[in-house]
Amino acid sequence: MSFPLLTATAALPAVGAVATAAVPAARRTAAKWLALLVSLATLALAITVLVRFDPGGARYQLTESHAWIADFGVRYELGVDGIAVALIALTALLIPFIILAGWHDADPLETGSRRWRPTQGFFGLILAVEAMVVISFEATDVFLFYIFFEAMLIPMYFLIGGFGDRAHAQGEAAASTQRSYAAVKFLLYNLVGGLIMLAAVIGLYVVAGNFSLQEIVQARASGSLHMATSTERWLFLGFFFAFAVKAPLWPLHTWLPNAMQESTAPVAVLITAVVDKVGTFAMLRFCLQLFPEASKWATPAILVLSLISIVYGALLAVGQRDIKRLVAYASISHFGFIIMGIFAMTSQGQSGATLYMVNHGISTAALMLVAGFLISRRGSRLIADYGGVQKVAPVLAGTFLIGGLATLSLPGLAPFVSEFLVLVGTFSRYPVIGIIATFGIVLAALYTLVLYQRTMTGPVKPEVSAMPDLRARELVVVAPLIVLLIFLGVYPKPVTDIVNPAVKQTMSDVHKTDPKPSVEAAK
Amino acid sequence: MSTTAVHSLWTTAADPISKIPAPKIEYGQLSPTLIVVGAALVGVLIEAFIPRKSRYYAQVFVSVVALCAAFAAVVALAADGYGTTKAHIAAMGAIAVDGPSLFLQGTILLAGLVGLFTFAERRLDPAAHGNRVDSFAAQAASVPGSDSEKAAVKAGFTTTEVFPLLLFAIAGMLVFPSANDLLTLFVALEVFSLPLYLMCALARRKRLMSQEAAVKYFLLGAFASAFTLFGIALLYGYAGSVSYARIAQVVDGTVTNVDPALANTMGNDALLLLGSALIVMGLLFKVGAVPFHMWTPDVYQGAPTPVTGFMAAATKVAAFGALLRLLYVVLPGMRWDWRPVMWAVAIITMLGGAIVAITQTDIKRLLAYSSIAHAGFILAGVIATSKDGVSSVLFYLAGYSFVTIGAFAVVTLVRDAGGEATHLSKWAGLGRRSPLVAAVFAVFLLAFAGIPLTSGFAGKFAVFKAAADGGAAPLVVVGVISSAIAAFFYIRVIVLMFFSEPRPEGPTVAVPSPLTMAAIAMGVAVTLVLGVAPQYFLNLASQAGVFVR
Repeated sequence: MSFPLLTATAALPAVGAVATAAVPAARRTAAKWLALLVSLATLALAITVLVRFDPGGARYQLTESHAWIADFGVRYELGVDGIAVALIALTALLIPFIILAGWHDADPLETGSRRWRPTQGFFGLILAVEAMVVISFEATDVFLFYIFFEAMLIPMYFLIGGFGDRAHAQGEAAASTQRSYAAVKFLLYNLVGGLIMLAAVIGLYVVAGNFSLQEIVQARASGSLHMATSTERWLFLGFFFAFAVKAPLWPLHTWLPNAMQESTAPVAVLITAVVDKVGTFAMLRFCLQLFPEASKWATPAILVLSLISIVYGALLAVGQRDIKRLVAYASISHFGFIIMGIFAMTSQGQSGATLYMVNHGISTAALMLVAGFLISRRGSRLIADYGGVQKVAPVLAGTFLIGGLATLSLPGLAPFVSEFLVLVGTFSRYPVIGIIATFGIVLAALYTLVLYQRTMTGPVKPEVSAMPDLRARELVVVAPLIVLLIFLGVYPKPVTDIVNPAVKQTMSDVHKTDPKPSVEAAK
Repeated sequence: MSTTAVHSLWTTAADPISKIPAPKIEYGQLSPTLIVVGAALVGVLIEAFIPRKSRYYAQVFVSVVALCAAFAAVVALAADGYGTTKAHIAAMGAIAVDGPSLFLQGTILLAGLVGLFTFAERRLDPAAHGNRVDSFAAQAASVPGSDSEKAAVKAGFTTTEVFPLLLFAIAGMLVFPSANDLLTLFVALEVFSLPLYLMCALARRKRLMSQEAAVKYFLLGAFASAFTLFGIALLYGYAGSVSYARIAQVVDGTVTNVDPALANTMGNDALLLLGSALIVMGLLFKVGAVPFHMWTPDVYQGAPTPVTGFMAAATKVAAFGALLRLLYVVLPGMRWDWRPVMWAVAIITMLGGAIVAITQTDIKRLLAYSSIAHAGFILAGVIATSKDGVSSVLFYLAGYSFVTIGAFAVVTLVRDAGGEATHLSKWAGLGRRSPLVAAVFAVFLLAFAGIPLTSGFAGKFAVFKAAADGGAAPLVVVGVISSAIAAFFYIRVIVLMFFSEPRPEGPTVAVPSPLTMAAIAMGVAVTLVLGVAPQYFLNLASQAGVFVR
């Protein structure tokens, strides 16, 4: 039996989480270093997965399969396709930066009980989230996926509710109230989504008798498992609802601005760049494969919703006065693009969507983390409190600009490629929707550039005048992300090579082929 | 003429007096119950003859030994195949020894053992006049606040009678789910109810509230018992027998060798419907299903917390066992009549429990309403009317009982000057003061909420799966919705513990003796094991899922 690489990739951060949380209260710094080392080791494992993965090989690779709960028809089945590999790599890549960026975010302010260990808890919880996200990317058993999809809410909830942004205008009491409001809202939205999915998971079991993704897909393809049209649609809706809450798709998005606004910048990155990706990933892996007919049936409605997400998110981002809320609404707009790419049912669209998940993760991380550094310096999240920062802290302003330009999909930076692919993929099948979605890009330029202009340019505000530039630790966080943004913007082939075969497979599962280019058809 | 000849003129020789056959009792198979009853009687003798100073130790020793021995007997019987192949009806048709019986008896005994640990805890309350005290009144008979109460406290009296009472209650609960005729069912019901009424009244603190709870429980319980008894009478009128198998035959119409005297009155459907409705009502009262739940919050709040924990766990196990046997063995032939009713009960129980719980401000009342919602989830499994339904309910009960006892054991630890600090506002910031206790309680709350990787999720999944398989998909949807509602208030408590600032005059967390620690540790361990690796226990429940008829 070969080394269970996928299990190890998920188990290492899980073990690291426990170890970090167990570090004695006085040894705070040791806990931080331990967490960082574990996340780097996980990155090494993820890179090994990436290297060992053969893009031209079998559909699911590095598979593991063990009996788990036979009574429920549940097996411990792991396996990765190109999409999963890319997202695991993204997750493992971002976590060390998140830890490094949040180095001082959980230092205890006041001394509570001797046993109160917020720092250990903070880093332990981040690693726990990583473990659960990784295993949900790996799971090819619907039940196994569901368990971690749900369980990851708990550490996330404590990260949002327990470690808020310290830059709060109305003082600690108000901050605490709003923080727990945000945490509870996050949890309830996602829990309701998850419980509705639970009903669908049970329904799937009643219909299919087991939870193995591959077995169900094969049985459906070969016709040995018949699903009534209405059953398939209900089950699809149950799954999709949960993923749409997680992603988040308009009108189920309202938890995201609250959660991102109230949590620290690294946790906000964790939410939007890592955890939310599980939602869009699961649409590709579970919704499309398990319920191809229902997916096609629901496509028009979903495309309209994602279009609303794109435009509505961007419009609201333009109107925000709070930097983090702005990034949150921008993310909602971007998730609209991702979902649109998935359900356009073209290979460009789906490759673009997968690439978009990776690029959005990197670009949001860059923008949000720099924004976090900025906010921690001034102690305010309001755009109006800044001005002229680029004269005082040029490096900070420069990195902020690059993050912002990536968010608006400037050609030459990574998100451009994916956004272009999604739009092309959508346009080739749904031209009107593709055209309207393009306005999202225009609006993105508006909110990003206005944000930059108001905070970084203009006369230097007196409160900002003494602002220090990026420190070494902060540079270490930002520089690699920017390098990656530029590299993938110029040369996205490494990612697309891995992703494309998996996308082709998914397309064939839903029995869709790309539409012929109209010029060729006319000949 | 000889005297005998004369005698025969006005007498005839009767048939020789036939001996009443000695009933055949399978003592070995009944040993779990017999051991517990025996130990309870020994406990009564200890109260009478052992000096006051040593009673506590003697009682705890006897009870622990008895519960362990009884559990060992259950395991031995199960290993011997009585749960599966050798399942049969013992004690002249009164007791069924089969899978569900043994599984539930094992669960009740373990829950009883863990409950006993919390009963025996003597480190939480400050010592009164140099005597270590437990959660029970110094002398139950003394009027609260009177001089005699003070004297009793001063003399260092403790109510060690709770241990035999607990054992009697457990003995009744052991018989309840395995009763195979209606009279045994009723006797078992009373045997476990009466000690519970008493124990509810024994709180050391807030004695008036405790006594009020006991009176409420007793009055309502007596009504429920009366209904049950009336139902039994009607069913006897219907079938001419109290034996489960016989009634089931009459319901199915497969009955043979009918006593001609009964033939005329037998088979009156009105009696059947009324009688079974009344009996089911009595059982639903015991499980705390809406609309028979009114007693639950008051009694849970007023009773001494160790009793609440034990009662919430073990009564539910026993009563659901009896309900299952009644519906699956006696009344399967009329499931088209009872299923719609049980559907309605399950739906209002799930929703009612979850919705009303939101407004609660006392942790014990909150847990009471949560237990009502859980009764609804379990009912969804009962309604499945399949083998999966039985085993899922068995599994759910096993997981649920340990979470419940553990949660109430944690409640006993959080104290202020007035005893246990049960008002929710006092739990604010507990996570900062005592992270470990708060984390353990959070684990229990997450299990109640049914978050994956806890026993609550595995159990909920099992019953919902059985219900969906049994064609009750709408129940699953309602169950899922009420789980979401319920999650709200569990989460609220977690928010309060971890995200609120501690109050300056907040409660302290008492350091318990190893007894309570063991109870809590066992609760956490079972919760996590059943959540992560439930397969073994699901197998066990599924093997145990067949009733003997």
